[in-house]
Amino acid sequence: MIPKDLKYAKSHEWAKIEGDVATVGITHFAQEQLGDLTYVDLPKVGATVTMGAEMGSVESVKAASELYSPVSGTVTEVNAALENAPESINQEPYGAGWMLKVKLSGPVDGLLDAAAYEQVCAEEAH
Amino acid sequence: MENLNTTPLTGWHRGKNAKMAAFAGYDMPIQYEGIIAEHNHTREAVGIFDICHMGEFSLRGAGAKAALGALVTQDLDTLAPGKCRYGFLLNESGGVLDDLIIYCLDVDDYMLVVNGACEAGDFAWLSAHLAKGPQLTNISPKTGKIDVQGPKSLEAIKAVLGSDFQSPGYFNFVRTIWQGEPLLVSRTGYTGELGYELYLDSSLALPMWEALIAHPLVKPVGLGARDTLRLEMGYPLYGQDLDTEHTPAEAGFGPLLGKKTPFTGQDALANVRQRLIALELPGRRSARHYDLVVLPGGEEVGVVTSGSFAPSLGHCVALAYVRADVAEQEQFSVRTQRGDLEARRAALPFYAKGTARMKLV
Repeated sequence: MIPKDLKYAKSHEWAKIEGDVATVGITHFAQEQLGDLTYVDLPKVGATVTMGAEMGSVESVKAASELYSPVSGTVTEVNAALENAPESINQEPYGAGWMLKVKLSGPVDGLLDAAAYEQVCAEEAH
Repeated sequence: MENLNTTPLTGWHRGKNAKMAAFAGYDMPIQYEGIIAEHNHTREAVGIFDICHMGEFSLRGAGAKAALGALVTQDLDTLAPGKCRYGFLLNESGGVLDDLIIYCLDVDDYMLVVNGACEAGDFAWLSAHLAKGPQLTNISPKTGKIDVQGPKSLEAIKAVLGSDFQSPGYFNFVRTIWQGEPLLVSRTGYTGELGYELYLDSSLALPMWEALIAHPLVKPVGLGARDTLRLEMGYPLYGQDLDTEHTPAEAGFGPLLGKKTPFTGQDALANVRQRLIALELPGRRSARHYDLVVLPGGEEVGVVTSGSFAPSLGHCVALAYVRADVAEQEQFSVRTQRGDLEARRAALPFYAKGTARMKLV
């Protein structure tokens, strides 16, 4: 359920780090908590994101929630398909529901591995 | 969970891993597979809803019609046995204590269906204000209620009740016997689709639910989709779009308020200070309850009472109370936490393809 090759923030975003680029999205746990997503607000290409700082927001049928960047760097690509199909995040949070690609400004430190993140989810579910 | 009431179906919902939440003091299902999937299924096939949290009162005995008629907006003189009618219970200032459907079971014999969150207050109000004579009884604890909604709902009903079941007309009902107990089936609902509301002994709620769910076109639907379905029709939700601070005239129900005989709150209806208007927002970013409504120049004129993405429309819709003198304007903005959203006044229903009134052969 929780992919081993990704890193996680406690705020339920994931990052797939390949060299100096990270692909970023929200986790299965997050999409399940939010319910059916209807709107996604993401930064534009060229924007700077900072680990732990707000990078955008999502809305579900029931509520709006902030998104926090799990990494620091410059946005190089945005998943434009989400604008009209935010349900991809519900269906494939680690696949078609990816949100951003970020050119990292430095080494990534402070994210959780899959086992530690699983613990975070288990605690929040109770 | 803090002492929540349960319905006869709560265990079933939990067994299906429904997402649960407190509503009207009950532990209720919000969604099973997902709000949008359940919404769409109800528009296309059949959804069934656990509505056992709602309240039902019996009022019967000589003088029942006159006593009830003096307290509600419904004209009971034209409500014959077998018919039901939507309307309002008002306080002296015309504020809405509750919206309710009154079923005329027989001469001087009525069933009142009220909101779960209003049940205790309504019962106290009625007990204090009804003329003496007829007997008012809260039959909620022994009454189960299941809504069966969707263009194919009659097929599901017939699968359970028999192929010879004859659908009543819109806002009519029939009474029959199912598994040895009385069953009332009205052609009513809160989705805009062809549909039925089933009232039966609470001990039969689970057997009825399971009989309906066995039909291949039927899926369970939670309160999340119930809310998006009703909002697409512009049906008000008590506690948001209706409250004691507003009259039903202000909520847009003027045409239902022309009863000739007097009723509590009647004199206050002419004074329309605010109006509930329908707003369409072009995008996917939703207005939410309590967001402010402003004119293009920035003047604050009202507040959103309901707002959501509308799955059948692909954009957002909202209901909002605005000052009566600006209610005819076309363009508004909704001030959300993340900036202003453009909103255009719309006609109701937002979703115009509902099958609720479809002719049945």
